[in-house]
Amino acid sequence: MSRILIIAEHDGKNLDPSVAKTLKGALDVGIDDIDIAVFAESPDPVAGQAARLEGVSRVLTLADEDFAHPLAAKLAPEIARLGADYSHVFMPSTMYGKDVLPRAAALMGVNMVSEIQEVIDKNSFRRPIYAGNAIVKVTVPEGETVVGTIRQASFSAAGEGGGEAPIEAVEPSADRPDHTRFVNVETGGGDGPDLATSPRVVSGGRAMGSSEGFKVIYQFAEKLGAAVGASRAAVDAGYVPNELQVGQTGKIIAPELYFAVGISGAIQHLTGIKDAGTIVAINKDAEAPIFEVADYGLVGDLFEILPEIESHL
Amino acid sequence: MKILVTLKRVVDYNVRVRVKSDGSGVETDGVKMSINPFDEIALEEALRIKERGDAEEVVVASIGAADVQQQLRTGLAMGADRALHVETESAPQPLTAARILLKLVEREEPGIVFLGKQAIDDDCNQTGQMLAALWDRPQATFASKVELSDGKASVTREVDAGLETIQVDLPAVLTSDLRLNEPRFVKLPEIMKAKRKPLDIIALDELGIEDAVDHQISDFQPPPKRAGGKILESAGELVDELKNKGLL
Repeated sequence: MSRILIIAEHDGKNLDPSVAKTLKGALDVGIDDIDIAVFAESPDPVAGQAARLEGVSRVLTLADEDFAHPLAAKLAPEIARLGADYSHVFMPSTMYGKDVLPRAAALMGVNMVSEIQEVIDKNSFRRPIYAGNAIVKVTVPEGETVVGTIRQASFSAAGEGGGEAPIEAVEPSADRPDHTRFVNVETGGGDGPDLATSPRVVSGGRAMGSSEGFKVIYQFAEKLGAAVGASRAAVDAGYVPNELQVGQTGKIIAPELYFAVGISGAIQHLTGIKDAGTIVAINKDAEAPIFEVADYGLVGDLFEILPEIESHL
Repeated sequence: MKILVTLKRVVDYNVRVRVKSDGSGVETDGVKMSINPFDEIALEEALRIKERGDAEEVVVASIGAADVQQQLRTGLAMGADRALHVETESAPQPLTAARILLKLVEREEPGIVFLGKQAIDDDCNQTGQMLAALWDRPQATFASKVELSDGKASVTREVDAGLETIQVDLPAVLTSDLRLNEPRFVKLPEIMKAKRKPLDIIALDELGIEDAVDHQISDFQPPPKRAGGKILESAGELVDELKNKGLL
């Protein structure tokens, strides 16, 4: 039984871009029987988008009001039940996948491979440890179900337009506990490009000095059509909301062009950008570690340099 | 209510980890070891809950060789009441860790099990979720705010979209994110006092669990190095370079 199951991430209307990347990782395994499961209150719109991805065999829809919000306690029993018929179960290594999939893996009685960055063969994978300071090979014993999250920054998106995969409704039948309830979700707003997927990202650090100072980053990003990110220091200081954090415990991204502005370059931040195409660093400290990884560096006052760059655009 | 907090012994946050030249692991000889920073945050939160009067006892637990007792002593010095050391040769993989913790949970019957969201050595981010699954209880992961009332926890979580709040019935598993709190510093008299606090050693076979290696971890490699770049003189020069590369 060599079959792959991917659990889709979505917001109820749109399939998250992380799913196409997870599919790319799944295709690298070399098994061409790949199903995508969509758990939702009304899965149809999302299922339609998943069915258009290239390389998908079937889309399974599981409709229930319990799936209106992504609660691990509600989802994991059903994922474990479905997963019993598959050799591989994957989710994106977003906060959603990190929350839900270990719970499902434990219910299936298997260990899990977190943050797969490369598929070697159907049982072995590469993943980073120690904030990316080491890369290891993980081999899952033959015959054991592979359960893993796929690192977004390491895979391109699978294409669209591979034809329409059949969509099949599956009746959810696992017992779901009622000890966990969704209350609300607050988003920091901002209608710029998505940090996780934007080809251009401008991040600000502690040197921005304040929320007011951080506005310079927003303006510069808007001019470039870039998403806004931040270092942990800037988030801890309250300049920007938590979802903008780039790094080991925040978002791991791989834009074509990355601006690190007023960021010294702690190893935990560098982990989040090591797959970026071109890194530009702007910092007043010429000794800042960010310059060791940057392709281009400018040493000086960011509040003078950013307007100067803008004037040349 | 009792709170059980896990403390993993890991290479200190500030150490630049290096891969051994034969690819068998990372250098840990003579390297500073500490409590996993996320676990320290979990312990701090547990202590604050106790200090508010919402819990009576905080128990810290660690799994590993004898040297994990150093981290347990630090946890006791921070304010935990007693410690449990489950003896294994090395830190087990997450599913085994979760099975061991479940045995401790059955013995101790805590209202909350608090873990760090991930350990900064293997970066797995799995054990809390796995324990919650095996225990068949709620999980509230990546917590940045915890409020308790009437046998329930209202937990604000750091998720991709922003901050999500969920409500869970206790007992439950909680895992801490960075911004939950700032752990206290340990004072010298507390370190002395901690030496007299109880620390129980539990053999693995006493729990009826085998520490089997499941996933095989091998071929440690340093990450590919990014080629060093160049320092430019002016903003104009930068814009030219980026345009030449087709990036602007």
